[in-house]
Amino acid sequence: MESVVFIFSLIDCCALIFLSVYFIITLSDLECDYINARSCCSKLNKWVVPELIGHTIVTVLMLISLHWFIFLLNLPVATWNIYRFIMVPSGNMGVFDPTEIHNRGQLKSHMKEAMIKLGFHLLCFFMYLYSMILALIND
Amino acid sequence: KPLEGPVQNQIQFPFGYGLHLENYSASSGHYPQVPHEAVPSQLNNQYVADYHSACYSIPVQSVMTPSVGPSMLNTQQSQQLYSGAPHPVESAGGPTQGAISSASHLHTSVPQSYSALSSHYSSLTSSSVASQGFPLSSGHYAMPTVSSAVYPNLSYPSMSIGSPYGQVFTSQSLPAVGQFEETNAFPGQSSTVPRTLPHQVPLGYNSTSWSTSDFQSAQDNFSRNHTGSQAKASSQINTGIVLSCHCLKQIFVLFLYLFLAIDSSSTTSSASPVINNYDALEGGGYPETNSATSSPAPTPQTSRAPKPFGYGYPTLQPGYQNTTPSTSAMQPSNPGHHSGFQQYPQQYPGVNQLSSTLGGLSLQHSQQPESLRPVNLTQDRNILPVSPVLAPVPNLNSDLRKLNCSPDSFRCTLTNIPQTQALLNKAKLPLGLLLHPFRDLTQLPVITSSTIVRCRSCRTYINPFVAFIDQRRWKCNLCYRVNDVPEEFMYNPLTRSYGEPHKRPEVQNSTVEFIASSDYMLRPPQPAVYLFVLDVSYNAVEAGYLTIVCQSLLENLDKLPGDSRTRIGFITFDSTVQFYNLQEGLSQPQMLIVSDIDDVFLPTPDSLLVNLHESKELIKDLLNALPNMFTNTRETHSALGPALQAAFKLMSPTGGRISVFQSQLPSLGAGLLHSREDPNQRSSTKVVQHLGPATDFYKKLALDCSGQQTAVDLFLLSSQYSDLASLACMSKYSAGCIYYYPSFHHSHNPAQSEKLQKDLKRYLTRKIGFEAVMRIRCTKGLSIHTFHGNLFVRSTDLLSLANVNPDAGFAVQMSIEESLTDTSLVCFQTALLYTSSKGERRIRVHTLCLPVVTSLADVYAGADVQAAVCLLANMAVDRSVSSSLSDARDALVNAVVDSLSAYISTASNLQQSTLIAPNSLKLFPLYILALLKQKAFRTGTSTRLDDRIYAMCQIKSQPLVHLMKMIHPNLYRIDRLTNEGTIHVNDRVVPQPPLQKLSAEKLTREGAFLMDCGSIFYIWIGKSCDNSFIKDVLGYPNYASVPQKLTQLPELDTVSSERARSFISWLRDSRPLSPVLQVIKDESPAKTDFFQHLVEDRTEAAFSYYEFLLHIQQQICK
Repeated sequence: MESVVFIFSLIDCCALIFLSVYFIITLSDLECDYINARSCCSKLNKWVVPELIGHTIVTVLMLISLHWFIFLLNLPVATWNIYRFIMVPSGNMGVFDPTEIHNRGQLKSHMKEAMIKLGFHLLCFFMYLYSMILALIND
Repeated sequence: KPLEGPVQNQIQFPFGYGLHLENYSASSGHYPQVPHEAVPSQLNNQYVADYHSACYSIPVQSVMTPSVGPSMLNTQQSQQLYSGAPHPVESAGGPTQGAISSASHLHTSVPQSYSALSSHYSSLTSSSVASQGFPLSSGHYAMPTVSSAVYPNLSYPSMSIGSPYGQVFTSQSLPAVGQFEETNAFPGQSSTVPRTLPHQVPLGYNSTSWSTSDFQSAQDNFSRNHTGSQAKASSQINTGIVLSCHCLKQIFVLFLYLFLAIDSSSTTSSASPVINNYDALEGGGYPETNSATSSPAPTPQTSRAPKPFGYGYPTLQPGYQNTTPSTSAMQPSNPGHHSGFQQYPQQYPGVNQLSSTLGGLSLQHSQQPESLRPVNLTQDRNILPVSPVLAPVPNLNSDLRKLNCSPDSFRCTLTNIPQTQALLNKAKLPLGLLLHPFRDLTQLPVITSSTIVRCRSCRTYINPFVAFIDQRRWKCNLCYRVNDVPEEFMYNPLTRSYGEPHKRPEVQNSTVEFIASSDYMLRPPQPAVYLFVLDVSYNAVEAGYLTIVCQSLLENLDKLPGDSRTRIGFITFDSTVQFYNLQEGLSQPQMLIVSDIDDVFLPTPDSLLVNLHESKELIKDLLNALPNMFTNTRETHSALGPALQAAFKLMSPTGGRISVFQSQLPSLGAGLLHSREDPNQRSSTKVVQHLGPATDFYKKLALDCSGQQTAVDLFLLSSQYSDLASLACMSKYSAGCIYYYPSFHHSHNPAQSEKLQKDLKRYLTRKIGFEAVMRIRCTKGLSIHTFHGNLFVRSTDLLSLANVNPDAGFAVQMSIEESLTDTSLVCFQTALLYTSSKGERRIRVHTLCLPVVTSLADVYAGADVQAAVCLLANMAVDRSVSSSLSDARDALVNAVVDSLSAYISTASNLQQSTLIAPNSLKLFPLYILALLKQKAFRTGTSTRLDDRIYAMCQIKSQPLVHLMKMIHPNLYRIDRLTNEGTIHVNDRVVPQPPLQKLSAEKLTREGAFLMDCGSIFYIWIGKSCDNSFIKDVLGYPNYASVPQKLTQLPELDTVSSERARSFISWLRDSRPLSPVLQVIKDESPAKTDFFQHLVEDRTEAAFSYYEFLLHIQQQICK
């Protein structure tokens, strides 16, 4: 049972890693003027909810399977994702707003956030991998 | 050898275009290209009078009656508009004392004849070019015979050196010789593209394929291997991230393809990214998209190249480049020693003779600059000058000062740029630019030239502040790259002489306009297209605006800017959307009603936007009939959203201007809104909610419109809450403009209807620029990070403006990314590329040059308080929307507190307990207090939400001169106008009364006062006002008989009436929007409108000026 949990988490984590990389690539494209703000933001906004769901599922899964440490590790990031999503002003076009992304260093902070998430997911990836192997051996 | 250039280009071009051929659908047939003759540029001569020409001083005495109140406001120190490190004490050695009048004459005397040298140079440059490894460039800049080989099919025949361009002042028409005709642009274009691709020239109008345009002329090919992001000053910082991202990209793109298959288009675009067309348009230099990973550009000549003495152009040697000055013990003016030198300037008495080598190095002229004189704010009550405040003049030498851009177009908050970000942080002043780029100008050099000379690496236009290293090369003043001077540029059309590139109009004027070639077009220049979207619901008909709009349109139909292609259309809406078929040949206009507002469609797409000249009679019929067509309507609903969607569909093939007239909250279909205002909260001191939009519908629409080069202008004429916060989005992001007429009614509110009439007249007839983009460049080391104004930031530094109008102002915030140690001057350049209403592609370029300083005292000496306040106002609007109004207010107060406390701690000899400000910033607290009492930011006073939002919109989009009047109106006493200090404007004698403090203590019952609030003039008449004034100026026998609503001064044949009217009309002439006049009697209810502007007085909810000062002082001491 435990191994199933971690296998699923591993797959989910992979998806999140790819998503983070996709965010970084798209944001860097915008930084280099390869795409315009409008298309960049519409691309990214599409993936905000899947990312949120993906991460929440893992967090909840860890809570259910009573892996407290991993749950607590995931909780801040999951909370941040949800908070960010909820706090979008009603007039904005999503977490990434094309009219504001170039202002007040927003692009940089988005980039930083995506980088941090990438690092976090990589950490989680190895942790799940280790736990999965451990669980498989124990089984 | 020179022929190699074109040959190589022919090889390179097909590769560049090959990827995108399918995107070019040649639908140019839409645009009948009517030949134009030489078109004089049309400019409204609005700014005729030199506004600030008369300076005079009349001492004003005032009584000091401070009512000291303890300060209550508890602001948080952490609320800062601009973040910065805690301010350490600057250990500057006292105020700088410079005694150098830097009389450098950049171009004054050229000792040797150019003709003698020219042969020498041509050989010299060609060899140097070869050694630098620029084979392509030499090909392009070869002799004229060669360049005509580059353009084989040009339809303008004369490419001879004698007539490559003409310089024109706006009053004259363009000389026909050697001029580009716009109609030839596309044939010309095809000729620049190699013959292998003659038909793939992107005439594409297909609007979605904006990303496919690379109309680079041959020489641009050369710069392709430059790093794509090098142009942006900020890129240096990001290089690490970017590079790593691209490594990541190479790896992960494959992964993404294989495993996720997400959004294949996006991955393709990141693998082989599509060219960013806008960049290619105006920025132009970096069409090759994979350049970021390619090898770096050939190293440009380093800016530290030794001074080329052998070239024999000593006077051309500008001091503001980074050249090491000639080795001479007599030169203390070496820029490297400049800080030390500034402190001991008196020791070098002979320095005046040397100052020619100083170039732009700025030094103080007097013992202590006037702007640094400490002013004790709490003691000096008469800080307001008697004449309008002028922009500070940058501390440059007289030559550069003469050449510099007018402060009306271009202003910086700090006219002395601090050398490092640390110094800027210490000063606690915002750094930014205030722009009014499309201002009406009376004199503007228009340049028609086949090659527009620009820096190859950063694409800066050649400007007065570049350095000519020798006759053949110039050094860019923004990126310091050394560029070649094209052959054509050697000829000066003004003096008709050869070999004087520094005398060209581009190099002699900091504001110029270029007629752009087809390289600057993505599609044929669009015609002027105007669409009017009119609300005809019950509310609108009741308010009666239709009559005024239709009447104004009828009157100005012939004055609408445009040419023979001008098109016009009308849409009306209530709960349905009505279209008008105006196709030529119909006997009368045909109304087509679309009631399916959920999926609105265009009934006859071809005949709704019609040619103005062909269908003029039908249009006139419609305008005459329209006001009466809906008189009996009972429809109260308003389907604004669907009407806008229809308008967008109608405009998207061409682009143009949509003018929306709305009278209520949209209540049907997409984009419907609900009332959000709680009237009980209007005067709340706590939280002001709903400053942001309620829905993203209008924002999305605006971005769609902006993408299709369509701007939406909003006229909101409503009597109740209409959620301007949401509606304004449609104009904000599509670069439109917003007009708001609260409680508009054609008969009950004559002041508003008069204002609408005047605004419309200006709106319909003013200059307009279509499909515009603007780019602001600044010297390497500075970077722009936030933009304010009605615009859409399309990519990092490219502002997309679907329309640009002469009344639009912009602001940007900047930061110093790299310290400016190796330069003594920084420059800013704004390039606005637009299509004129005559279908010409034009580029208006402004260049501003400012000195760099190293000491904190110099930074304060150069502070431009008005610009700083306007920038802070813009930042505060952003803050109140993104955070809260109280945050924004605290941040404004902290801006004053921080900057003044930083100043006080600098000047160590001053007493810490007194509130001292440098003379340059003495008005700072007053202006900030005025801002806090402005409709946008005030709390505690009843303010309707829409009024507040409108004030915020105006702060964001008004140019500085108008914004300042909005923040701090000018008050004059006009019942005793004398001839003292009069000025003469157009044979009229204009009296110049002194400015009065905005305080009730200045008002006397015996007087009459004029308050100039920018868009409205109030004349306040005291109860016991002199009867002779009332009789002679107002035309009534006594005070009691003056009516409550008087909006005009009668033309009486008396001296005082003459004076008053000439003064008021002089004030009116100085601005584009003719303001409405309102006469207010002392007991009339409209009195509050007048008294709310007396910002120095105490109100129930806000400090008086003196209390505010005490509050600041307390904060500083804390």
